[in-house]
Parts: sequence; C-alpha cells; structure tokens
Amino acid sequence: MATETLGATAVVPKRKIVSELTQQRARAARLFLIPMLIALAIVAGWPLLRSIYFSFTDASLTNLAGAEWIGFGNYLRWQVLDSGAVRYRGLLVDPNWWNAVWNTVRFAFTSVAFEAVLGMIVALVLNAEFKGRGIVRAAILIPWAIPTIVSARMWSWMLNDQFGILNDLGMRLGLLSQKVAWTASADTAMTAVLIVDIWKTTPFMALLILAGLQMIPKDIYEAAEIDGVHPVKQFFKITLPLVRPALMVAIIFRLLDALRIFDLIYVLTPNSAATKTMSVLARENLFDFDKFAYGSAMSTLLFLIIALLTILYIWLGRVRFDGGDR
Amino acid sequence: MAAIELRNVRKAFGMVEVIKGVDLEVRKGEFMVFVGPSGCGKSTLLRLISGLEDITSGEMLFDGKVVNALAPSKRGIAMVFQSYALYPHMTVYENMAFGLTLEKGKDKEEIRRRVEKAADMLQIRQYLDRLPKQLSGGQRQRVAIGRAITRDPKVFLFDEPLSNLDAALRVATRIEIAKLHEGMHDTTMIYVTHDQVEAMTLADRICVLRDGLVEQVGTPMELYEKPDSLFVAGFIGSPKMNFIAGDKAAAFSCATLGVRGEHMEIRPDGIWEGTVIHTENLGADTYVYLEMGQEEPVVVRIEGAAEYASGTVLRVSPIEAKVHRFNEAGKPVR
Amino acid sequence: MTASFDLWKFTKWVLFYLLVAFIVVVSVFPFYYAVLTSFKSGTALFQINYWPTSFSLNNYWNVLNTGSFPRNLLNSIFVSSVTVLLALFIAITASFALSRVRFRGRGLLLMTILGISMFPQMAVLAGLFELIRFMGIYNTPWALIFSYTIFTLPFTVWVLTTFMRDLPVEIEEAAIVDGATPWVIITRVFMPLMWPALVTTGLLAFIGAWNEFLFALTFTSSNDTRTVPVAIALLSGSTQYEIPWGNIMAASVIVTVPLVILVLVFQRKIVSGLTAGGVKG
Repeated sequence: MATETLGATAVVPKRKIVSELTQQRARAARLFLIPMLIALAIVAGWPLLRSIYFSFTDASLTNLAGAEWIGFGNYLRWQVLDSGAVRYRGLLVDPNWWNAVWNTVRFAFTSVAFEAVLGMIVALVLNAEFKGRGIVRAAILIPWAIPTIVSARMWSWMLNDQFGILNDLGMRLGLLSQKVAWTASADTAMTAVLIVDIWKTTPFMALLILAGLQMIPKDIYEAAEIDGVHPVKQFFKITLPLVRPALMVAIIFRLLDALRIFDLIYVLTPNSAATKTMSVLARENLFDFDKFAYGSAMSTLLFLIIALLTILYIWLGRVRFDGGDR
Repeated sequence: MAAIELRNVRKAFGMVEVIKGVDLEVRKGEFMVFVGPSGCGKSTLLRLISGLEDITSGEMLFDGKVVNALAPSKRGIAMVFQSYALYPHMTVYENMAFGLTLEKGKDKEEIRRRVEKAADMLQIRQYLDRLPKQLSGGQRQRVAIGRAITRDPKVFLFDEPLSNLDAALRVATRIEIAKLHEGMHDTTMIYVTHDQVEAMTLADRICVLRDGLVEQVGTPMELYEKPDSLFVAGFIGSPKMNFIAGDKAAAFSCATLGVRGEHMEIRPDGIWEGTVIHTENLGADTYVYLEMGQEEPVVVRIEGAAEYASGTVLRVSPIEAKVHRFNEAGKPVR
Repeated sequence: MTASFDLWKFTKWVLFYLLVAFIVVVSVFPFYYAVLTSFKSGTALFQINYWPTSFSLNNYWNVLNTGSFPRNLLNSIFVSSVTVLLALFIAITASFALSRVRFRGRGLLLMTILGISMFPQMAVLAGLFELIRFMGIYNTPWALIFSYTIFTLPFTVWVLTTFMRDLPVEIEEAAIVDGATPWVIITRVFMPLMWPALVTTGLLAFIGAWNEFLFALTFTSSNDTRTVPVAIALLSGSTQYEIPWGNIMAASVIVTVPLVILVLVFQRKIVSGLTAGGVKG
C-alpha cells in the first residue's frame, strides 16, 4: 500500500484512499449484518416466495411436495358451457373473498379512525399537567399489555348475551331495551370486534401521539396565549399541524396492524360471516378446508392489497419515517 | 526530521471539498496550534492526522513514513476530545487503562505503573476509583488528558479541549497544558482552537487556516509582527487590527494600511482626525473607538485608564515602524 | 390565588377530572372484571356483580391442576425467552452496522427491515408451514422460536438502531484511538451504556412473542406443545355449549398479571421504547 501511494505522488491517485479503519469497519459491518440478513431471508423471504408459488399450484395440505404448476387457476379460470355461456371461477370472483376484503377494510379504517380521535384525546389529557397523571398513564398501559386472546375472551364474557355485564349495564342505564347477542348476531358482531380492538389499541396510539405532542416547544403555546388565541383554535392551528408527522406514522403502524387482524376475530366472533377478514378466511382455507393452494392465493392477494394500500398511504400522506420534522 | 508531514492533502465529503490541498510540516516535539474561524477545516485536518477520517488524496507522513491508510491506533497518537469522551461506565482508572488493556502482551503491573504515573502528573490519583459522572468538568478534562498520556503517544492531538470549561478554569487548564508540554520534550502536540489567545499563549508555531487552506504558518510573534495576509493580520491580536483604506492608505503607498490599536498614538499633531464614539475601560488599558470614515470604527489602545467623552475630536498617528501595508490582493507590501 | 370563586374554572376542573376518571375506568374495568369473575365459582358466576362478593380459588386450582395449562405456561416462557435472546444477539451487532457505519443502501435496508416487521404474517404462513415441516420441527417449541424471529428480529434491530444512533460519536472515536475493534466497541463500550435500551427492547419483544397467536395456533397441534394464548383460546368445557368462564378468567389473570406488573414497573422505559420504534424511527 505504502509503495503504491508513494509512486503516485506525481499524478493525482486515481484510486480513492481507503484506510485500514474504514476497511475494518466496512468488513465488520458486513460481518455483523450477515446473520440478520440470513435469518430474515430464511424466515421471511423464502416463505413469502413459497407462499406465492403455492398460489399458482394445486398444492394440498397432505401433498405439498407433489404440487403442480397450474398458472392463474386459483385466481381466475373459466369454462365455456355447452350453452355457450362462460362460467368464471376462482378467487377473483369468489363472493366470500370479496366479503372478507370488505370486512377487513371496513374494520381497519373504522377502528383506526376511532383510535386516532380517542388516542388524540387521551394524549392531550396526558400532556396536561395534573395530579395523578402517572396513574392514568399506568392505567392506559393495561389494555396494551393484555394479550389479545385474553382481552378477546374477557370481552366475550362481558359481552355475553345472558350473563354479560355490558347488557346489564346498558339496561340499567336505559341505553338498551333488551339484551343483545353482541358477538353472535350478524348486525352487532362487527361492532363488538371494533369495541374490543379500539379498547385494546387506543393506548398505543395515544402514547405515540403523546411523544409527538411532547416534541412541540412549550413557548409556542405561551406566545399563542399572549396573543389571545382561543384554545380550540390553538389546537387546530398549532397542535394538529405540528403533531401531524407523529400522527401519520402512528396511523400507518396501526393501519398495517389492523389490516392483518386475525386473533381477535378468531376468538371473539368465530364463524361469523359479518366479521370474517382476509386473514381468517385465508387460514381457514389453508388448514381447515384443505384448500392449501387456494388459501395461498388469498394470502398472496392479501399481501398485495396491504402493500398497495401502504404505498398509497405513504405517497398521499407524504409520511416520513426518519423522524418527521426533526 | 518532521514528525508529521502533509503533502497536498485533500479531503472531500461527497462533492464538498473541505481541505483543499494542505502542505504542512510539524516538527518533532513541537506544539503546533491550528487556528481559524469556524468552518475553516481545522478540526477536519486534525481528524485526518488522527486517522479517524480518510484523506481523499495527497500524502500524510509520520516520521518519514506514509501513513495514509494506517489505523489511528497504530499511528502512535492520542487524542483529547472536546466533550472529554470518557467512557461513562468505567472508573477513572479503567478509562485510562482501556487502551493499554487492548494491546496484547501488556502485563497488569506495567499498566498500573503507567496509569499511576500519568495520574500523578495530573494530580488525579485520588480519583482513580471514581466514575466520570462523580467528577467536575475540570477533573474530567484532566482524566481525558491522563488517558492520552497513559498511551505514551508520539503525537498528542487536542480538539478544542477547553471550550467546555468556564473562563477561569480555561486559563488554569491552559497553563496546565503548557506545563505538560514542557515536561514532554519528545512529544509532538497538535492543538485545535478557534481562540487566538489560546493559540498565542500555547503554540511554538501557529498554523492559520482559512477555507481549507493554510494561510500562514509561523511562531506567534512572526504572525503578530509579519502577517502574510490581511486575513492573518485581522485574525491574530486583540483588539483586532485596524484596517484603513482610501486616501489615508494611499499616503502610505498601499491599498490597505493595517495598524494595531496599541500602535496608535493620540497626539495633538496626529496626522488623522477622528470622533470618539465609545470608550472601553479595561483597567490596565483603555480602548478608544474613533469614527474616521472607515468601514469600521478605528480602535486606539492606550495604557492605563482614560476618559474621553463621546463626540470629542481627537488627532491620532500610527507608529510608522509598526504599520503593515497591504496591496489590493491583501498581500503585504514589503 | 384570588379569593373569589371562579365558577367557570371550577366547572372546567370537574369536567377534566371526569374525563380522566372515565379513561381510567374504561382502561381498567375489563381486567378488574376478569379478576372478579375468576374468584367466583359455581352459580355465583352467573350473577352479575360490580363489586367483589365471593372469594374462591376453585378456578385457579382447576386451571393449574387439570389439563396442560402449567405446561403451556412453561412453553410460553421458554419460547418467548429464547426468541428474545436470539433476536437481541443478532440485532446488537446488526444495529451497530446500521447506526454507526456509513454504507450504500443503508436507508433502503432500514426500510426493508421496517417493512418486514409490519408484514402480514398470513402472507408467509403457507411457506413457513412447509419449511417447518421440512425442518422437522413441526409441533415443537422450535417451530415457534423459528417463526417468531420474523417479527422480533426486525423490531429489535429497528429499536436498537435508533437507540445506538443517539450514543455520542466521540466516545466511539476515543475507543477507536484506543485501538478498539468494532467488536470491542460493541461489547465493552456500547453494551454497558445500552443495557436500559436492551432491557426495554427485550421486554417489548418478549411481550410480542408472549402474545403471539397465529403461528402458535398453526405450528403446534397438541395440548403439550401449545403456548398460553392458544390454550386460553381453545379452553372449552365438556360440551360445546358449556364454556368454562371461571377457568378462562383464572387463566387469563394468571398470564396477564406478570405482564401488567412488568409493564407498570418498566412504564417509562416501555413508553420510550415504543416511541423509539414508532415516531422517532
């Protein structure tokens, strides 16, 4: 190395000088990243590719190895009947699937909208200085800490049509005229799922928004106070624009989470067509109905739909993950 | 032989060139200070010498050997950082010994001996078991210097080591560093600062940097007496040298005439006339600011206390032997 | 303070505290009610009470002495702990590279990691099922440890990267001048500084693994290998119509109490960890 550079003094060296330190660090970085990259490739990359592959085959649960390529058959295939009419079959014309897509999207957007508003309220409360703030913060962490399955079961007991405390409370307060079969009835099943999900995940939203709120310098409010800006106007003109980056990131995190919902619905409202989401339907086909390939096609489409929505959201909302306006 | 030699050293971060071709020799055992305004590249230059940053082109030699690609730990350097950069979870002893424990084949006794020797030099022996957070700012700075000494470096690098200390402590530590240098004849020291007083008081030689280039290298007195440019003339010395342009300079057959405040005399037969706009009394001396139709007020420094009411018209003259004449390019006319 | 009574101010104060009380009650009530139910037995279960009326440990005794619930608890502890330790081990070095070394494609890599952590697990379920069967770990804890890496690893890498990015540069440079290699910097300089971050990240990943349901449901098939969430989800009585609510609530309380205690103890750290993974990103 030394002799090389000595010889090159007359002309500007073409090759960039890379020191031992830089080399050592580059080497270390490569070495340090390899285990992670391999691990992720094995647990995420390969299974994703295989899932997509299965969606183009006739694989079944008992015959994975003998799966044969059938092209787009699982998605769409058609048959010309003797009468000349064309019969379409496959995932893209499956009303159950589109019902599940609609359920998922409806659930995700409704729950996230409620969580954003409620989370904002809770965050504003926590951002105020008052006695017992610590207790409130501890209290709202409890729903977050409870496993989803446990909260699903807790709530299904509370929502029980005969012995549920919510029916009792509703009737005592005069909000309900008769006991409601929350989880069993098709009209209320989605509401029940939404109640539980909002209860469980609003704290997460609130904490993320709170972190955003705490980044807003206090003197902005003091200045607004002196200028006599009404608190409601302060919220819309100062708080909301400044907390927007944090809010947008919190919403996308929650949205992605809501779009893949499985466990809550699996436990709270099993077998209800009104709440069956893409994930629930896909898993049912994969493992319960022995339509492995068809289920794979569902999970592939689910992946595509979520990816599409995410890109759309990031693009439209101009979300930045590198720390908002820091 | 030069301890450190830089030959046309350049450094670019992406498209931005920060060091634009520096040639410099630092002699063995010398105390060299890099000084210049912020953004002049002085810290970058120090980091290039330390090896923490790669040079983009050119050559860097230590004791005549090219070290362009050599790792910092193999250059025989030690560095004192602006923020001290002590390891917060290690005691003072562990902080100072850390580098030595990483070297292979150093036995514990030898390490202990060297740490204690350095600790004695800096009078921090009683703190060896403490954690950095239990020390004051000045003590932390000593530990940082002690950590550097323990490594027994050939070259000592200081990156604005005093800027986090308060004024009184800064002077005390400055004297400390000067004493340290006297006690370590063979050790070359390179010191970065933006404070020209630190530069003047500590340096054997000063290297004034500007926009990634060396403006002038010389002893403090050389820089004070024979600045190579308007920039150096303005940068070295306090109060700042007065620059007088126009007809008054033309009378001295130059584009800009530089006169230090201490080289101006208030006298009835002074060749220039000015109106007092402000007086600063510093006790030992007084700065009188005169409006003389120049871009900036002209400062006259007089010994002892004096009082001139604003608006007073005074006549002043430069001491002819001490004026600096510069041509239009800002270079001295000699 | 002025002596005059300000009605508007008082009303605002009352309304604010009503809101606070409402938030607290709504957050805590379901858990409170689960605890209440878990101490009821027999017919008391089917009387609706808002306050404790009876105290019986019957349900707890049932859950812990019959069936495989204790075994499920051990499974959950084992799976979650090993998953977290593995993820942390891989993530520490990876996040050093991601936060401290400049290299091309770093931003893209970070976005990919974030993307994987947000991934719909359903999308890989079929492929993972095949892989786990192929590896011969189906219906063992290893199947879960293996599959949980898909969300614990990206999460820990992401959070540790944001934490490590905030460590002062000069300390690392001092270590470089002292002759420390990247490995020494990580193990002897950064790790001791980062243990609060490691605890937080580990805890959050632990909770994630502890609560996981889809993989646990799919990759285990016998009572002895299930984890707690699956066990609770599948807990049923002798007939389809007789749901053992008392036992379910007791089991729920058992798995939730440690989590709630952990969360309350590490409250501040968890909040900072959550926001590091989210907003600061």
